Amino acid sequence: MNTQTEIAGITFKNPVMTASGTFGSGMEYSEFVDLNLLGAVVTKGVANRPWTGNPTPRVAEVYGGMLNAIGLQNPGIDVFMERDIPFLKQFDTRIIVNVCGKTVEDYVEVVERLGEEPAVAMLEINVSCPNVKEGAIAFGQKADALFSITREIKKHAKQPVIMKLSPNVTDIGEMAKAAEAAGADALSLINTITGMKIDIHKRTFALANKTGGMSGPAIKPVAVRMVYQAAQAVKIPIIGMGGIATAEDAIEFLLAGASAVSIGAMNFVNPYTTEEVVKGIEGYMEQYHIETLSELIGAVH
Amino acid sequence: MKQMQKALILSQRESASGIYDMWIETDLAAQAGAGQFLCIYPRDKSTLLPRPISICEVREDKKALRIVYRVAGQGTKEFSGYQAGETIRIMGTLGNGFPVSEAEGRKTFLIGGGIGVPPILQLAKEVRGEKQIIAGYRNHETFLKEDFDRYGKVYIATEDGSVGTKGNVMDAIAQNGLEAELIYACGPMPMLRAVKAYAAKHNIKAYISLEEHMACGVGACLGCVVKTKETDSHSHVNNARICTEGPVFEADAVEL
Repeated sequence: MNTQTEIAGITFKNPVMTASGTFGSGMEYSEFVDLNLLGAVVTKGVANRPWTGNPTPRVAEVYGGMLNAIGLQNPGIDVFMERDIPFLKQFDTRIIVNVCGKTVEDYVEVVERLGEEPAVAMLEINVSCPNVKEGAIAFGQKADALFSITREIKKHAKQPVIMKLSPNVTDIGEMAKAAEAAGADALSLINTITGMKIDIHKRTFALANKTGGMSGPAIKPVAVRMVYQAAQAVKIPIIGMGGIATAEDAIEFLLAGASAVSIGAMNFVNPYTTEEVVKGIEGYMEQYHIETLSELIGAVH
Repeated sequence: MKQMQKALILSQRESASGIYDMWIETDLAAQAGAGQFLCIYPRDKSTLLPRPISICEVREDKKALRIVYRVAGQGTKEFSGYQAGETIRIMGTLGNGFPVSEAEGRKTFLIGGGIGVPPILQLAKEVRGEKQIIAGYRNHETFLKEDFDRYGKVYIATEDGSVGTKGNVMDAIAQNGLEAELIYACGPMPMLRAVKAYAAKHNIKAYISLEEHMACGVGACLGCVVKTKETDSHSHVNNARICTEGPVFEADAVEL
């Protein structure tokens, strides 16, 4: 049985990754999960300098999921290169670094710094965080803006580039095409869905940021649909995510057209989710006598 | 080391209105310290996130933990219906806990307010030296008071004046003319702000235990931060993770 998957010429031992922002740089969860078992660790978003993030409360539970408005707090690329990359290098897994910025120049600066580090397999560009006022999602909600930033980043990137797409758009296929046309090597979707919760007892917003990004099992059908639509629209590979809790969920994404999957909010609920999904996919392949994972990718269309 | 495991519920009772007192069997008791907490996971899949709940007491044989919590929402409501013999999924032990050794040879206040009272019990057991335990409640339902009586001199404040000093813990300190060289405290934010101000005024050190909405409980999600005076070595910004660098902080180091 071959669980390998390939994205932009890079081979991953299996299609299971961590979703950016839910797994730090792997340190915290390495007490629970053997990182060597994962296809890749996708890091928390990193900017050219430290970001403080949003005021608290930053998280709230909603039915079947959660809202977050962390605001991309991160220690900046210098600390990341000195601390997080050496930590991840100890493991036999691929490193994908999520990059965030407020301006095109911010993104390019980080992309160039990461170009110095051959251990970084791919870059995931966050143009879809709904929780920061400048940059980020401003680049991810209009096809022409997405096209421009993708092309600019591609000019400077040494590693293959994954553009992480927002679900908060009218036509995901159009966005996927814009990123592909600008040279993106792969897409990842979905980022969180903008939501709101009101505390009726305090008569205030549950999050200090008022709105937050919704994740968790409740968003999975939306994510599967968008992955399918994006897969129909483009030829570049897709990393699918949004509410994956089990191997069965992950297989839905693969069948919808994803070449790999990421586990996000469920890491908080069960830190062993990633490992369990890896084993569950193997079990499914065994059950249905599937020799190579690629047989599943996009098989339902 | 942090572990996720299933723990057997040994007993549970409602010890005051909406306050539940549960003993669970777990080997995590061997590593548990005062001021640390557990994440407890509801079974209901619509309430996914773990509930951070402080450790109230460690059994002498280090094989069981006591938690005392308030029903505040769907998750804790579910927990309150559990019976002895059932199991719960927990992760622990989490957080830094109170630095108890600093109390040696010093006169201390151990202050708890409301649902911040429970972690003060294990603290009272661990702290050596002259302890003055000050506990604030809403009314006559002074849960854990009998337990505290075994470990130090106890002063009670109640909002309605039904027991002890009418008012809050600071009123109890004033009314009884109490003095200390070190403070440990856990309770609602207005109480912690008052403790911080009191400590600054009297030029004494105070350690306060904070709470915030959490998602992961292990330092990965950056949901539960508190503003800090200095940048810390993990975040490199003026935010520390309550679940990991805390929940106990020197009052002087955080902005409330």
